[in-house]
Amino acid sequence: MAKPLRIATSETDPTRQLPPLFQDWFVKRGWALRAHQLGMIDKAKAGADVLLVAPTGGGKTLSGFLPSLIDLAERGPREGRQSLHTLYISPLKALAVDVERNLLTPVREMDLPIVVESRTGDTGQARRQRQKVAPPDILLTTPEQLALFCAWEGARDYFQDLECVIIDEIHAIHGSKRGDLLSLGLARLRTFAPGVRCVGLSATVDDPTRVRRWLSDRGDDIVLGQAGAPAQVEVLLSENRVPWAGHTAQHAMAEVYETIKTARTTLVFVNTRWQAEFAFQELWRLNEDNLPIALHHGSLSAEQRRKVEAAMSRQELRAVVCTSTLDLGIDWGAVDLVIQLAAPKGASRLVQRIGRANHRLDEASRAVLVPASRFEMLECQAAVEAVAENALDGDPPRTGARDVLAQHIMGCACSEPFDLVELYEEVRRAAPYAGLSWEAFEQVVDFVSTGGYALRSYDRFRRIIRGRDGRWRVLNEETARRHRMNVGVIVTAQTLNIRLPGRHGSGRKIGQAEEWYFEQLTPGDSFLFAGEIWRFEGVRGTDAIVTRSTEKEPRVPSWGGSKFALSTFLAKRVRRMMSDETSWSRLPHDVCEWLYAQKAHSSLPGEDDLLVETFSRGKRHYMVCYPFEGRLAHATLAMLVTRRLDRAGVGPIGYLANDYALCVWSLRPMDSLDFDALFQQDMLGDDLEAWLDESFMVKRAFKECALISGLIERRMPGHEKNGRQVTFSADLIYDTLRRHDPDHLLLSCAREDAARGLLDLARLGELLARISGRIRVERLRHVSPFAVPLLMEIGKERAPGTSAADMMLEDAALIGEAMS
Amino acid sequence: MSVAKLEAADGAFATRLAGADVVFRVSGALWLPGERMLVVADLHLEKGSAYAARGQLLPPYDTRETLNRLEREIATLAPRSVVLLGDTLHDHGASARIAPDERARLAALAEKLRLIWVAGNHDPDGAGDLGGETAQVIKVAGLSLRHEPSPGPADGEVSGHLHPCARISGPAGSIRRRCFASDGSRLILPAFGAYAGGLNLRDPAFTGLFRAPPTGYLLARRVAAVAYEKMRPDHRSPAG
Repeated sequence: MAKPLRIATSETDPTRQLPPLFQDWFVKRGWALRAHQLGMIDKAKAGADVLLVAPTGGGKTLSGFLPSLIDLAERGPREGRQSLHTLYISPLKALAVDVERNLLTPVREMDLPIVVESRTGDTGQARRQRQKVAPPDILLTTPEQLALFCAWEGARDYFQDLECVIIDEIHAIHGSKRGDLLSLGLARLRTFAPGVRCVGLSATVDDPTRVRRWLSDRGDDIVLGQAGAPAQVEVLLSENRVPWAGHTAQHAMAEVYETIKTARTTLVFVNTRWQAEFAFQELWRLNEDNLPIALHHGSLSAEQRRKVEAAMSRQELRAVVCTSTLDLGIDWGAVDLVIQLAAPKGASRLVQRIGRANHRLDEASRAVLVPASRFEMLECQAAVEAVAENALDGDPPRTGARDVLAQHIMGCACSEPFDLVELYEEVRRAAPYAGLSWEAFEQVVDFVSTGGYALRSYDRFRRIIRGRDGRWRVLNEETARRHRMNVGVIVTAQTLNIRLPGRHGSGRKIGQAEEWYFEQLTPGDSFLFAGEIWRFEGVRGTDAIVTRSTEKEPRVPSWGGSKFALSTFLAKRVRRMMSDETSWSRLPHDVCEWLYAQKAHSSLPGEDDLLVETFSRGKRHYMVCYPFEGRLAHATLAMLVTRRLDRAGVGPIGYLANDYALCVWSLRPMDSLDFDALFQQDMLGDDLEAWLDESFMVKRAFKECALISGLIERRMPGHEKNGRQVTFSADLIYDTLRRHDPDHLLLSCAREDAARGLLDLARLGELLARISGRIRVERLRHVSPFAVPLLMEIGKERAPGTSAADMMLEDAALIGEAMS
Repeated sequence: MSVAKLEAADGAFATRLAGADVVFRVSGALWLPGERMLVVADLHLEKGSAYAARGQLLPPYDTRETLNRLEREIATLAPRSVVLLGDTLHDHGASARIAPDERARLAALAEKLRLIWVAGNHDPDGAGDLGGETAQVIKVAGLSLRHEPSPGPADGEVSGHLHPCARISGPAGSIRRRCFASDGSRLILPAFGAYAGGLNLRDPAFTGLFRAPPTGYLLARRVAAVAYEKMRPDHRSPAG
């Protein structure tokens, strides 16, 4: 919240604009009202919707609440009908709870007659019930709870006197399906309470007007917070050579440890939970000083995470190794250093993470990037320069998902009968659905009602029905109850609980992890989790049973790269840096040497062309190209190119894609191919269609759409406790639907999602357009310096049984060939 | 034999069961070449509409899809008789919900060849008014065809009911497929219906039925025999 500043008493001090009670409180705390806080109060007085854009540490949350606190203080103790005044929505449960704690401080210290409560998935049944009957003045909750509210009978009454709704961390939610659902909920609130004021709180974003439009269609008011001191960001240059490939940054761990020692409290960010486990273990191996270093990621049990968070706020920890679970949220004033292990993949994410350090505007945040490989070194350097220029990557534009709309419409019907035209108008006030056509809307309503099948045999099994008054309502209370149990759009991968064996079956829970991870384990294998090495004993029901292992090294390594793909914006900067030799001086010597060797042996990728290399090695023929467009787009490209190579008769055997490049290997040489034809844009036509139809990615997307839209229910009455219960196999439905109803709404939703999220088709399209007529082919006698990292990755994927020594020999031979 | 060749081309798996020649089809059907008899188990027709009636609107195409598969097999193999090995209908109400078009296709089959409905737990009445004969057990070629496996090892018995499937995993992840399950003396057929789920062969429900750990014949592009030790248990309760 607000941070101490010098006490100002001059006539121009904006603090004087506060009511006396608040003035005194500010003075007592030694705070001064900031310009943007005053701005927010003025906008509230004018009744305007407003977006506050301010860096972390700008007292953003208090700025959002101040007008409500003032308003409620002036209103005095409540009399008569109790109603909700302000609804606060945060994407993070923990944040809602944390803000409750922080809000209670001014309420108590000024003795304000205000009731503040939170409500999340963890809130007990009795308290929820009471909140329904006797609403607090300020309620703090999550998007899922709002969706649930909207599906209640009596939602209209509950919200009719709502004065203000505050959406926190809006930058983190607006471009997702959760954002779609929240946006529809907001539109509903505006119908219930036409006078409600919408307030959005956002970290720095590339395009504030777009976020503002997402918030509401009333006005375009934006308040900008004071910019903080520029961050000090540097790339860690290790004494050791930068590795050719890999994701762990093991080579620099001793230096990371030394850096942690120089700070009071450090957040060490990594990109995956397995990297977190690895880094945590490595740091403790080095931890001669016994520094309190903790671990925090989404797989750990909630209790364990709470413990770490509590120790953090008591300032008992020197470092926390964490994943994106700590990207958002809770203010920890004491953090004075952020370390990013492995490349950040996007400038905005990096800025967000840097912002976790030092929540004070008058001091610079300090951050250190630790690249794990040579390509990452280029990427980190590009990211640092982007941050210095305050240049952020933008999100691709987005239209609202129709599976989410289906869920919302069903919720509306569960709440109260609706008129089709009125609901259509309301839905279009939600920015992601502003362009929704009437036909598309009707199609979704039909889906909700009858399943929307071309074969009209379910007209007798409607879930929502049109009454004589022309309004649509839910079939019966049982149907409504089942819908309410399945509200929300967070579809998580199947996970297993990791437990110790107990006297009667399963014992204490250590955490959870995705099911696929255990599928590759055999009982007796050891692996790393929660900072310890465990022996895998087997799976029992939904539990993975483990015992403590005495082994020093886990037998099953858990490598794996980032789950984020390199952003378009950052990719372009990397390409530019490579093509501009003068910028190389900022890079470490061994990386420079590598770039020069690439230039001598092959050539360097240009800013706007595509470098393709072909060479042979052993009995295989390789083609490597370097688009720098991110893992997803590369994997899709590799898949499509492989199909074409197959038709061209070169016998492709396999492919590999990472954030920077892709590599295809084959039985026969590829150097005499027509590369312009190979990379022609028409591959996005028939080839794509044919491949999509059999692609498991569309299947996966379909499952998510089926769950969100309510076609498949996750939870059935009687199975409340088991969130993993899926009542029907989505794959069976997908296959049948594809054959008999290929134009069905959910198939089109799934294809859209896959194109957007899993395949990155938009980006691939841009890439193919960009390189058309600009393909440079280098036909090489042997592997190039840039191709080495890819070939190393292939080796690792192909031969998990190979000994470490064999692997090192193989790697050394590769490097020797490339650099000689 | 020419038939065997034809089946190899189809990716089918030919073997012997208790002295009889049997062929496992990629579709999940069992072909008895000597008798020209096609056996399919657990069609669960109208499962989609059974869910829809309870408010979960699964696509209404399962009966159509299952009959398509069956008719394709009949067109390829030209059987003299077709045995529906129980649970052909998903529930009691199924024959009332089945669309006229699909009802007519079943009747046409019963006209064209000998269609025998073995009664199952979901459809104890067998054919009812849908055309064809009804039986509890069929004895043929030294084999005994029934819906539910009888307890304990049973030489020469062919049954359905349990919907066996198997999961195998490799470095690229795992796959789960319907399968024939046999130890060479008894055989359990996979479910043939489009919406019929599967039960992992390592589930306790299969315990005690086989003399030796059964081999799974997985339905993929071809029928692939996988040893019991290579199969993995499921981590969740089976879907469907």
